[in-house]
Amino acid sequence: MTEQKPIIVVKDLYKYFGEIKAVDGVSLNIEKGKVLVVIGPSGSGKSTLLRCINHLEDPTSGEIWIDGEKLTRAAKQINEIRAEIGMVFQLFNLFPHLSVLENVTLAQKVIRGRSQDEAKQTALEKLKRVGIPEKADAFPSNLSGGQQQRVAIARALAMDPKIMLFDEPTSALDPEMIKEVLDVMLDLAQEGMTMVCVSHEMGFVRSAADEVVFMDFGKVVEHTTPEGLFNNPQNDRTKLFLSQILEH
Amino acid sequence: MAEQPQAIKPIIEIIDFSSKRKLRDLPWWFFALILIAIFVFFIITTNENYNDAFNFIKIGLVITIKTTLISYAIAILFGLLAGLGRISKSVILNNISRLYVELIRGIPILVLIFFIAFVGVPVLVDSMNNIGYWLSGIGLDFLGKIFTAITNQDLSMNARAITALAFTYGAYLAEIFRAGIQSIAKGQMEAARSLGMSYAQSMRYVILPQAIRNVLPALGNDFVAMVKDSSLVSVLAVRDITQVSRLYAGTTFRFREAYIILAVLYLTMTVILSLGVQLLERRLRLHD
Repeated sequence: MTEQKPIIVVKDLYKYFGEIKAVDGVSLNIEKGKVLVVIGPSGSGKSTLLRCINHLEDPTSGEIWIDGEKLTRAAKQINEIRAEIGMVFQLFNLFPHLSVLENVTLAQKVIRGRSQDEAKQTALEKLKRVGIPEKADAFPSNLSGGQQQRVAIARALAMDPKIMLFDEPTSALDPEMIKEVLDVMLDLAQEGMTMVCVSHEMGFVRSAADEVVFMDFGKVVEHTTPEGLFNNPQNDRTKLFLSQILEH
Repeated sequence: MAEQPQAIKPIIEIIDFSSKRKLRDLPWWFFALILIAIFVFFIITTNENYNDAFNFIKIGLVITIKTTLISYAIAILFGLLAGLGRISKSVILNNISRLYVELIRGIPILVLIFFIAFVGVPVLVDSMNNIGYWLSGIGLDFLGKIFTAITNQDLSMNARAITALAFTYGAYLAEIFRAGIQSIAKGQMEAARSLGMSYAQSMRYVILPQAIRNVLPALGNDFVAMVKDSSLVSVLAVRDITQVSRLYAGTTFRFREAYIILAVLYLTMTVILSLGVQLLERRLRLHD
């Protein structure tokens, strides 16, 4: 690790849903411009950890620092910090009543206070970046899953976020559409975006990740590099998991 | 209120006559309905007594339509607020809204109209006036004047009737809005929030536009129901078509003429409006 100050600090994070310990004492530092991929079996708390980072889940205890600022429960501060953190969901969650362009301009206008022209220009730029500028006037229901997910990425990018969170962005996609989304993500990673991704795309881990975290039962079992993960996994649980997903 | 929509649903069938349709599948009941209306309007133009009754009763149409429209507009506002309250995480807002809805739904509309017009509104206005006198007493004359601006003498029965209908229907519409908001997937709110929007902004720009679109047919059906329930304001001597028909029948003893015309007037309004609601429903479905 370099001496650079981490942009995300997670300290002793716990999140319980009743008796279930979704996140059970996780501490992580993520430096600016780095790509962290979180892997692990379903129910291991990966998504919950990600959702705690932008406070979509209210942690039971622990601290989260974003760019030197500690997250509290104050609604105003949470809203401000969320605007700096783009989030991409498994099920895209585009706004179906708005066109693609309106999806990408809405928060720019409401939160960033940009004019219609300014917001539109940014939106078209981001849509171009994810490779579908021609779909600006389409409605989400007329797009394929891969296209919808790329619009969702453009929507998040239009806010000029410091951090991007990806919550299993390709798990709801048909195989032939996974690549188009991963290509966009890879592009972002290479441009130096700080990213935290929950994903099982091992190709993406190999080519884009700086660090990999393996989670099981809410705990970080292994925190390593992609090379370390594929060539020299330390934990038995990690080895078993890898052997199962790399077998095919 | 709720049984109305089912009963008239098949009307939409008559809009698309397909040539292959068998005679037995035609909506004969609807033709009969139209025939009845045409027949009555024919009698009105030819028979002197009916003509006289119609000319007297139709004056009430303005009040009926005005009462319904204003009450409904206010009810939408009450309903939206109470609907938002029902899904609110705030214990206070949630319970106030729930209390309002359950209170209204547990009392017959006729009783509510009496209650609101003769108890609710006067008590509220009196307490406001008393606060006003007290404020004037402690020297806040300006504020005092605001609270004493309206007294019970100023409030006509029309205004009380509108208040009663709006307050009552607000509770029914609240449940429609609540269901509409809850029908929107959780991910929509999360996506909006994750972009930095507040709860209120997410509601306004993302959730409500979708929810309201989903409940438009239900809102339309309740509007039709309100046209009919507006007849209840006649108990407050508000001169809607029901009240003027009663007046006409009472003074001329032409009960038959008065009530046939009254029934056909309501029928005409509700059938036309129901058709409108169904066209709307159909258009919304085509756009999905």
